Amino acid sequence: MTNERKIVIPGEIITTGEGNLPGEGTEKRGTDIIAIKFGLAEESNRLVRIIPLSGVYQPRRGNVVIGKVENVTFNGWIIDIDAPESAFLSLSEVPRYVNKDGLEEVMDIRDMVIAKIWGINKRGTDLSIKSRGLGKIDGGIIVKINSNKVPRVIGKEGSMINLIKDETGCDITVGQNGLIWIKSDKIENELYAKKAILFVTEKSFVSGLTDEVKKWFEEEKK
Amino acid sequence: MTKEFKRNSGRKPEEMRTPIKAEVGIIPNADGSAMFQVGKTIAYASVFGPKKMHPQHLQNPAKGTLRCTYNMLSFSVNDRIRPGPSRRSTEISKITEWALEPVLMIDNYPNMVIDVHINIIQADAGTRCAGINAAAMALAHAGIPMKSIVSSVAAGKLDKTLVLDLDKYEDSEYDEGEGSTDIPMTFTPDGRLTHIQVDGKITGKQLKEAVELARKAAKEIYEVQKKALKEIGEE
Repeated sequence: MTNERKIVIPGEIITTGEGNLPGEGTEKRGTDIIAIKFGLAEESNRLVRIIPLSGVYQPRRGNVVIGKVENVTFNGWIIDIDAPESAFLSLSEVPRYVNKDGLEEVMDIRDMVIAKIWGINKRGTDLSIKSRGLGKIDGGIIVKINSNKVPRVIGKEGSMINLIKDETGCDITVGQNGLIWIKSDKIENELYAKKAILFVTEKSFVSGLTDEVKKWFEEEKK
Repeated sequence: MTKEFKRNSGRKPEEMRTPIKAEVGIIPNADGSAMFQVGKTIAYASVFGPKKMHPQHLQNPAKGTLRCTYNMLSFSVNDRIRPGPSRRSTEISKITEWALEPVLMIDNYPNMVIDVHINIIQADAGTRCAGINAAAMALAHAGIPMKSIVSSVAAGKLDKTLVLDLDKYEDSEYDEGEGSTDIPMTFTPDGRLTHIQVDGKITGKQLKEAVELARKAAKEIYEVQKKALKEIGEE
């Protein structure tokens, strides 16, 4: 398995040769794999794809996102997930009985919700709250960061977010769209976690960031 | 005849203005942004979107829309220009859209718009070219799918000599012999034209030569744009 990363711009040839597969953000022209987006090109198992470094959040299937209820319709909710288009949470994707006349009682306009993207089609993005950890948000604070920095906040196999959780004693859910929910008994802890997350986003280009954040926590304790 | 020709700025006929500078990611609030400078001309471009098109009657359910807004700031020229849209700026906005559209792959953004705002901070002729160069980089920075970026440059004719990258004096004041002709052009990296305008008189033969001249210069600009984009990616 090859795993090579380099920055590419639209129109640039990433690799040439037979047998390479064009993944997300790339296109095949003849035997060349060409970038059609700006970002990091990643090759693994002959599949070439591009990891975006900037731009607006593009919903992907399976992403957990945090959104705000924008409108209530007769069969579900329209949720603003900070993407180009609003998403739809259908009544059938709610894991309990809901009275058709009382959708507002479950979630009303301006409520925040953690949901999973289960489908993207021409007509829009569909959400579900059927898994564990999903559903309406109750209490806590929401922090908004650049969606391209989400992987840095989570860290390798969740190392960064677990560090912040342990140090601050907060319950944290990171939405792939850049919205983060922090919940704790004490508001001080929530603000502490927010400060830590903002520190991570500021230093997102530093390598060995987890150690850097550990140091930062030690400084803060003094 | 060509060898004897002297430009007011002291440049050779086939010499572009210096410095040529580009920088990406200069406007934190935008989804993508870039700056481009040739000589004294400076353009800033910021991209917002893709986002839902409003007002709704402008939405296109078949494909995404590109909307450019070219604007010269009131202090960009020696005599203050009146701020706000004008006949000239609406025309250049449209031309910029046409120059960029062929490389954009926005068919998968129905009912959505990509807004490109181009602001000319300092103008010394060639502002539409600088604007297109900045906009191309800003669009790439915003993560918009594109076949490639584009590079724009103007060629021209002073009296009978073909020159590259006209400045303010050459564009609007030069009046010897046949006068001046300004030909802004936009190229893809493989040398195909996406936009060409001619302001003045020129023969078909010389026009072809001018295109060749600009094609070579566009390559140089492309390298500057590429470098600027790669630099921001390293961070």
